[in-house]
Amino acid sequence: MIRSEILKDIAPILRDQLVVCNIGIPSQELHAIDDQPTNFYMLGTMGLASSIGLGLALSQPKPVIVIDGDGSILTNMGTLPTIANNVANNYILMIIDNGSYGSTGDQPTYTGKKTSLAKVAEACGCDRVIECRDVDTGRVLQEALDSGEMTVMVVKCDSGNAKMPVITMDPVIIRDRFMKAVAAE
Amino acid sequence: MSIDKKIADDLVANDISFVTTVPCKQLAGVIEEIEHRDEIFHIPSNKEDEGMGLCAGAWMGGKRPAIIMQNTAIGVTINTLATLIQYYRMPLPMLISYRGELREPVACQVEMAVHTKALLAQMNIPTYHFHKQSDVEELDAILKYTFMCNKPVAILTDANFWGGYGDQ
Ligand SMILES: [Mg+2]
Repeated sequence: MIRSEILKDIAPILRDQLVVCNIGIPSQELHAIDDQPTNFYMLGTMGLASSIGLGLALSQPKPVIVIDGDGSILTNMGTLPTIANNVANNYILMIIDNGSYGSTGDQPTYTGKKTSLAKVAEACGCDRVIECRDVDTGRVLQEALDSGEMTVMVVKCDSGNAKMPVITMDPVIIRDRFMKAVAAE
Repeated sequence: MSIDKKIADDLVANDISFVTTVPCKQLAGVIEEIEHRDEIFHIPSNKEDEGMGLCAGAWMGGKRPAIIMQNTAIGVTINTLATLIQYYRMPLPMLISYRGELREPVACQVEMAVHTKALLAQMNIPTYHFHKQSDVEELDAILKYTFMCNKPVAILTDANFWGGYGDQ
């Protein structure tokens, strides 16, 4: 499966949750598949989805799902020790690991070679780290939500992008409607 | 009252409850003070752009954030300031140790010091420079201003303000 097929698969689970989505094609795909006010789309700034999601999870009680990528985690590797040492049990970091920089033309990343992000996360001190196959994403994500424990998921999948339109929504509108969804009862 | 206590008091009085830090020798005292305040959740970050991501999330979660860092971090965070903090219009007080100013003992620090104000000006970031200890009296107003206008705001604090890093 490629990322967009996984996102279609898990859209019913994501729909009611706060989601922080990585820059580029992942956000375009999520936006096209199931745009929700509970989605925060990153339009710029490589690598910070996991950090934004952690700050959000530590500041309010609702579950937060971060949809991140292997390239994005590699560019902000310092995020994993911060996550491990500041446990937020309402935080799920889902790394869609397709072994490539998808948004820039599928150049290979090191996670498709010798580097294991699951092992890195464990070595950083993350307690609940689950590497899974693309077809199991929905089950593992639901189990993570049900566990009530901070979880790092590494979803191994195929490289490739769906052709989706660029997000033209104003960033302040994305942010404002997201904040209203965060604050809603 | 010590400067470190005064700064922490102003943060608390302005309901700032989420502070991320990347250390600097000049900032050691204020970071320690923040660590001990019950009203503030202190989360050290490994790099300043990571810290700004944490602050963006905290703000969207309903908390008022702040970042404490060294001026060299301006070089690290230009993209994050432009495409996250400014683009989504988020408030972010940045308490910055202004290394490389008068009484600086480390020559290399001057190399970023000479760019610091120019970069902040280029980014249209409101910038305040604390040089004398009494300048800290403006901090409360600067924090209120930051959350009024929803912008990143820089507070540069030099060695003279901290009592002379170079004299230690
Ligand atoms: Mg990738």
